[in-house]
Amino acid sequence: MFTPIPNPTTKPSAPKFGEQDLVRRSASSVTPPAKRMTEVAKLIDVSKCIGCKACQVACLEWNNLTEEVGVNVGVYDNPHDLTPNTWTLMRYTEYENAESGNLEWLIRKDGCMHCEDPGCLKACPAPGAIVQYSNGIVDFVHDKCIGCGYCIKGCPFNIPRISQVDHKAYKCTLCVDRVAVGQGPACQKACPTQAIVFGTKDEMKQWADHRIKDLKSRGFNNAGLYDPPGVKGTHVMYVLQHADKPQIYAGLPNNPSISPIVEVWKGVTKYAGLAAIGAFAAFGFLHHVITGANRVSVEDEKNAERLAEGQKS
Amino acid sequence: MSRSEVDRGDDVSPGKPVVVHRYTAPARINHWVTAISLVLLALSGLALFSPSLYFLTGLFGGGQMTRFIHPWIGVVLFVSFLGLFFRFFRLNLWQKTDSVWLGRMREVLAGEEEKLPEVGKYNAGQKMVFWSMSLLILVLITSGVVVWDQYFGNYFTVEQKRVAVLIHSVTAIIAICVWIVHVYAAIWVRGTIGAMTKGQVTGGWAWRHHRKWLKELVASKN
Repeated sequence: MFTPIPNPTTKPSAPKFGEQDLVRRSASSVTPPAKRMTEVAKLIDVSKCIGCKACQVACLEWNNLTEEVGVNVGVYDNPHDLTPNTWTLMRYTEYENAESGNLEWLIRKDGCMHCEDPGCLKACPAPGAIVQYSNGIVDFVHDKCIGCGYCIKGCPFNIPRISQVDHKAYKCTLCVDRVAVGQGPACQKACPTQAIVFGTKDEMKQWADHRIKDLKSRGFNNAGLYDPPGVKGTHVMYVLQHADKPQIYAGLPNNPSISPIVEVWKGVTKYAGLAAIGAFAAFGFLHHVITGANRVSVEDEKNAERLAEGQKS
Repeated sequence: MSRSEVDRGDDVSPGKPVVVHRYTAPARINHWVTAISLVLLALSGLALFSPSLYFLTGLFGGGQMTRFIHPWIGVVLFVSFLGLFFRFFRLNLWQKTDSVWLGRMREVLAGEEEKLPEVGKYNAGQKMVFWSMSLLILVLITSGVVVWDQYFGNYFTVEQKRVAVLIHSVTAIIAICVWIVHVYAAIWVRGTIGAMTKGQVTGGWAWRHHRKWLKELVASKN
């Protein structure tokens, strides 16, 4: 068993990190802190999940969210997708394993992966609306969010959702407010089987190794850790029984990375575009300086008068 | 070329100088609604395009308001431009002499108009501004709807929105460049602005820049 994080004292304590620990800030630059905090991570062991949804409930509870009553369409997923109020969602997949002949119930807790290279932050046009702390947590600052939905286009995992009530984007915060005072995320706290554990990224990798060895000893030869390098690793990682096929887990991307379209849009287009506008304006200015105004001459007016006179006669 | 270069509402009043009526009041209003919308769209669009221009959101009451109002101004522009399109498209149809005019860009830029073919109501440059804006605005409204999440967020996939937002920004940049050409030409060719403020230009202006139009206009009065 992974040693659980002890309960906190009832005395209020100051947050352990804040504004001074930002490594990235959307649409602006920050001076990186001299000392990077130890990276944290949440490890979700799909093989241990029993699908009880305690994590979903804990998330709603801690973050003071209420989901609308939905409709049953014959699957366990409830609600059917992430919403501005559902920041984490159990996705159930019935997988027929051709090798073993077994029916496997793959239950993946979906939510923000807290990428080391966050696409949402790269796409965001509002300064400071998305921030990344040096411990790896990516958070949305709602005061500054303008609701444009660019984060949705930047995200390789299709996680952020825009509220139609206040027109701001919402997603898992990795319980930044709990982590700041030495606690683990609410979902982790509520998990009855330790399918969710929380600690430093190194600890989580070690624990994952231990779990993967165990799974391999039980015949899951392709068991492995999901920490995709395409986004330079994530701060929410999965232990998968079939790490060679992430897509069978309700469409978990095989090799996620920020879309090249987003990279082009936020990279070369931005600079080339402003340069083109500047070049056109500069051309106009130079042309006017060199050739001078194109003026109508007295002769032109006289010619027109003669022409119009002809009309009278 | 049997096409008449004279538009409905075009008129000429003899005198010193000759006054030529180029645009009717409704056409001018239509133009300025489009112009104001386009400037507001460029400002609000650029604010969301580059972080270095985000401060422009202040003109619209902040980021949320900019995000909200930009697409609606786009709708105004689209409808307004549609009006301009139907007003002006006939005399903007391309003719053989336009290619000759365009082939003599050096003379055009030097202002040596005596070396160019006589021009009707619009020259080839104006026609290119007209047609490129028509095409660009069509692309902008289409791609704009795809990324208008507040109303159309559920109708398109994330991948489609990524493509749309890239197309939208590149097209908008081109449209701004075309707009710079349009405005600069109106400033460089003195006496032009009156066409869109008072609806009038002088006879000399028409003789110099649009002689074919002036000749046909005078002839049509006989």
